[in-house]
Amino acid sequence: MNWITQNLPYIFAGISVGGQYALIAIGYTMVYGILRLINFAHGDIFMVAGVIMVYASATMPMYVSIPLVILTTVVIGVMIEKVAYKPLRSAPRMSIMISAIGVSYLLQNLALYITGGLSQRYPTIPAISKTVTFLGTTTKVVTLVTPVLTILLVTMLVLLIKYTKIGIAMRAVSKDFETSQLMGIRINSVISMTFLIGSFLAAVGSFLYFTNYTGVTPTAGAMPGLKAFVAAVFGGIGSIPGAVVGAFIIGICENIIKGVGWTTFSDAFTFALLIIILVFKPTGLFGEKSTDKV
Amino acid sequence: MSNILEIKNLVVSYGGIEAVKGISIDVPEGEIVTLIGANGAGKSTTLKTIAGIVKPKTASIIYKGHEILGKSPDAIVSSGITLVPEGRRVFANLTVKENLRVGAYLRKDSLDKDFEFVFELFPRLKEREWQLAGTLSGGEQQMLAVGRALMSRPNLIMMDEPSLGLAPLVVKSIFDIIKTINSQGITVLLVEQNANMALQVANTAYVLETGTVSMTGIGRELLSDERIKEAYLGKTRK
Ligand SMILES: Nc1ncnc2c1ncn2[C@@H]1O[C@H](COP(=O)(O)OP(=O)(O)OP(=O)(O)O)[C@@H](O)[C@H]1O
Ligand SMILES: [Mg+2]
Repeated sequence: MNWITQNLPYIFAGISVGGQYALIAIGYTMVYGILRLINFAHGDIFMVAGVIMVYASATMPMYVSIPLVILTTVVIGVMIEKVAYKPLRSAPRMSIMISAIGVSYLLQNLALYITGGLSQRYPTIPAISKTVTFLGTTTKVVTLVTPVLTILLVTMLVLLIKYTKIGIAMRAVSKDFETSQLMGIRINSVISMTFLIGSFLAAVGSFLYFTNYTGVTPTAGAMPGLKAFVAAVFGGIGSIPGAVVGAFIIGICENIIKGVGWTTFSDAFTFALLIIILVFKPTGLFGEKSTDKV
Repeated sequence: MSNILEIKNLVVSYGGIEAVKGISIDVPEGEIVTLIGANGAGKSTTLKTIAGIVKPKTASIIYKGHEILGKSPDAIVSSGITLVPEGRRVFANLTVKENLRVGAYLRKDSLDKDFEFVFELFPRLKEREWQLAGTLSGGEQQMLAVGRALMSRPNLIMMDEPSLGLAPLVVKSIFDIIKTINSQGITVLLVEQNANMALQVANTAYVLETGTVSMTGIGRELLSDERIKEAYLGKTRK
């Protein structure tokens, strides 16, 4: 009990970071579920959302900047699929992966060009930046908001996929492109929808994540993107609940490791975890058996 | 009687190799037309081309008096053509009910009557409404594939080897269903390896051989044709 009380700030931080990873991880897992593609550019889309926020908030009030960031991020995410992935849909899987890596570097370089390579100060979003005391621990509002918002968005997403027409179509397309077309499903719209949802959640995640940091750099998406990717693999890539559970586990473990004083090893832990899963349970916690993984 | 579908000079090639070499097929409205032929004759390719998921090199495909060549698969479905694909291809990760829903994907009106119709045709599916399609037996999956196609309220239903891999008794019930569907006024274009059964139910039959139509005639007449007997009804009969 005493240990828990002492480590409460780390546990809170872990849950919060876990929620942020979860919002990014869903984009990886959904795109993989539909296209069997690891969208290496996804972490950079997250970074781009941060950069856009820096510039938008410099000239516009928050209530304009936030929706604008979400909108532009979604447009960029959907456009990337149309320009860089769609023309390669019937090409070997490796080509589309390479295209994804190309897009990732393109976004980083664009950000480098725009920001001049300097860390850009991330604005303070008043509503989530205030400090509060919760269970005897002082923390930012964002720490408490993140898990609640994450669970809320994930629940909505799960309901959408389970009960709506577009949700059923997404599941059908993830199983069989050709037969889905025979049913009259426009697979291009379903794929765009997947990128839309992924980018939307990444944009929401970016507000929560960058609020805890002073600035955004062109490579700021790399580490959280990689962690979220590991979370998706850990949970079983293609599975939404898997990605969320994986993200929370990684977030909490990382922070507990920091709490114990091994901060240096907290990143190493995540990647060690990746290796362990790939060796012992390649399908992850919730993954289905699949023979044609990349 | 007018033709609901007229295919003229259909040529399809896959990477330079012609799979269908200029076939012409007429499907009279309200009839059962069958397309029989050996493996690789180009039967599935023909149906997929009509459904819009394979692009032909040249062709004219007139459906209800309008050219549908080059239309997208969803436009073709909403115009009233549906395909029950070879190998059933039910969505294994969806329940029986969801599979049927997907079959009605483009419809915006109420589906109650259609569920009722399909469940009346296939009471087995009614019992298994909430079961994942992947766990159905082969025969049940075929029923679901047909039911799913009917959910789009087609005028023309194309079926690609619906009897493939099914026990004789199930095959018989599938053919009974085909006749029932047809008696509802739905035109049927049936591809079959089981030439014996297909020729019995079909009004018109086309025999496809390596991408060309080698013979055409009335179903029951072809049944007693010596060449057909030798090639499709003898050893190959399953
Ligand atoms: N996607 C494809 N790419 C390349 N070749 C193909 C493709 N689909 C079919 N073919 C070729 O086209 C020819 C006709 O195939 P099709 O599937 O239409 O035959 P079928 O008459 O339906 O045969 P079966 O009775 O075995 O189903 C075959 O030689 C096949 O190998
Ligand atoms: Mg075939």
